[in-house]
Amino acid sequence: MPKVLIIGATSAIAQEVAKLYAADGSQLFLVARDKQKLEQVTQDLSVRGAGAIGSLSLDLAEIGRHENILSEAKETLCSIDIALIAHGTLPDQKMCEASVAQTLQELEINLVSTISLLTLLANYFEKNGKGCLAVITSVAGDRGRQSNYIYGAAKGGLSIFLQGLRNRLNKTGVCVLTIKPGFVDTPMTKGFKKGILWAQPKQVAEAIIIAIQKRKNVVYVPWFWRWIMVIIRSIPESIFKRMSL
Amino acid sequence: MNDEYLSWGRYPRVKQEVQEFHWRSDTLPKLTNHDKFLPYGMGRSYGDVCLNEGGTILSTNSMARFITFDLENGLIRCDAGVCLKDLLEFIVPHGWFVQVTPGTKYVTLGGMIANDVHGKNHHRVGTFGCHVSCFELLRSDGRRLICSSNQNSDLFAATIGGLGLTGLITWAEIKLKKIDGPYIDTESIRFDKLTEFFELSRDSDNAWEYTVAWVDSLAKGNHLGRGLFMRGNHSTTAGPDKLSPINQKLTIPFDAPRYLLNKYSIKFFNNAYYRKQVSKTIHKPQYFDKYFYPLDGIGQWNRLYGKKGLLQYQCVVPTDTGQEVISEILKKCSNKGQGSFLSVLKIFGKLTSPGLLSFPREGVTLALDFPNHGIKTFLLLDTLDKIVTEAGGAVYPAKDARMASASFKAYYPNWNEFEKHIDPHFSSSFWRRVTGKKEN
Repeated sequence: MPKVLIIGATSAIAQEVAKLYAADGSQLFLVARDKQKLEQVTQDLSVRGAGAIGSLSLDLAEIGRHENILSEAKETLCSIDIALIAHGTLPDQKMCEASVAQTLQELEINLVSTISLLTLLANYFEKNGKGCLAVITSVAGDRGRQSNYIYGAAKGGLSIFLQGLRNRLNKTGVCVLTIKPGFVDTPMTKGFKKGILWAQPKQVAEAIIIAIQKRKNVVYVPWFWRWIMVIIRSIPESIFKRMSL
Repeated sequence: MNDEYLSWGRYPRVKQEVQEFHWRSDTLPKLTNHDKFLPYGMGRSYGDVCLNEGGTILSTNSMARFITFDLENGLIRCDAGVCLKDLLEFIVPHGWFVQVTPGTKYVTLGGMIANDVHGKNHHRVGTFGCHVSCFELLRSDGRRLICSSNQNSDLFAATIGGLGLTGLITWAEIKLKKIDGPYIDTESIRFDKLTEFFELSRDSDNAWEYTVAWVDSLAKGNHLGRGLFMRGNHSTTAGPDKLSPINQKLTIPFDAPRYLLNKYSIKFFNNAYYRKQVSKTIHKPQYFDKYFYPLDGIGQWNRLYGKKGLLQYQCVVPTDTGQEVISEILKKCSNKGQGSFLSVLKIFGKLTSPGLLSFPREGVTLALDFPNHGIKTFLLLDTLDKIVTEAGGAVYPAKDARMASASFKAYYPNWNEFEKHIDPHFSSSFWRRVTGKKEN
């Protein structure tokens, strides 16, 4: 049974991934900001069969405390096999356009904090010569669009960081997985009208687990987003800039 | 305002605000004086008990986590938004089952309590509410009350079958039933007239945990009340090791044209269903999923009834006059040519529910469903109401979209006792309709 560290454990997708690992009796260490929610998720996973389970409530914007995550997770699990990084926010694009502070804050949580965690975890896994870093980015990072380019910039930057990291760790036996979900029906997207392209968190979680097992590099979930993004990326910029996307 | 949240009958359609309730630690949305809330689970009640026109529904689907599970004694505590399907997928492999199950697994725990649902074993174990040990009720003033038979017992009784009006159930603890495996030993017996149904029930209720009958609602004369009697017991052999839940193979993607279900197609279906069983008795083991939830195999089957939706009708009448009353109801349906597509008959047992407003009570219950043909259908159902009132019976709120206020008050004489426990900021389309109050 793998030992799994989950960061952003109260997010809808992370909860579903954790449920699948718990049902197999895996040992889990969960990190999230809200203590009450984290406790509810911990109870749920423990009932569902998680072998051992530890948790830490912490605001990931406090980058100075990221070292604690690693040390406490190692204390509970002894070692870590898989780290899933799933935390994030969906910024209000219009508010960000009007406020530098807001924009920087969103980049801080969606990009900088993740890079900090990845740096620590990559070094730990590299030393062990094994492990899997699974990171949720987004299809929004594949091309900048006026409706959400702050989020897109954070996720796009993160995807580039992961590419480099994968390249660096290639010979060490450490696997780096970039997960690019499309539209997922979660509390984060509650204001959106849902249509045929929308996926349920459970579907996304199942695809993530398979991608981890198969040691994939980049996975779009559901799969058809790979082809949607091929089309979106292939539109010449001179045309794309005039589109209202 | 949102008009996407419907009830299972797809009638009526109303506009209401929607708020998601994700965590049991969440607080209710900020109140203004006129706000009226109503919890909404999976929208499987048929009429308007889950609708709140002009108000706010609190959608609880993602508040669906387990809290504690006592594997030895079969006690599970979980969020009210947990779906029965997910609950069963978890407990069945551990050798446990719910004491009472309705005919679909797409219902939430909170919804099963609020409608005090019943199953094919009512004659043995009563309603779902009989097996709830406690729950937490969130009131609009922010109080969180633990309710059980000895703590806040008034609210406990009012909330079981209380149609979501007493506050929001955040979590509940229920007692489970020990099983040896996921299979049900079943028997299906063909019967030619209504008297035979009553004989079969009388003979079966002691030895069989689950009993129910399907009746051909369009058969007349000598064949009135013919059908198939189905009985089952949990199998004591474990069956094949591997669990193989049936998944939805087919989903009805759009509303069928309104002429699909007409007098002739319904007659054809009922006749064929009756005749498909050639031998008098068929015995076979069935996987629980297929036995209890055959209709769950077809996603959105309610769309077969067309855009105007369907009207369900379920009543219970006292046993002593049961046979005459049921045959009178069936006659009314077959004479008007308004057959019901699926008609179900069952004897309820003596066990009373703790619920103040619960529907199940000792007697014979009949469930019918009708495509909504407008005034013609409504008039027929009013006629049935009259028969049920005279017989001293009741009609099931969870399946109702049209009963008159006077009928409701006759069926549920303690409705005003119940009303005292309603949260001042909770209401529903159903409640305003059956109490005859515009603002409540």
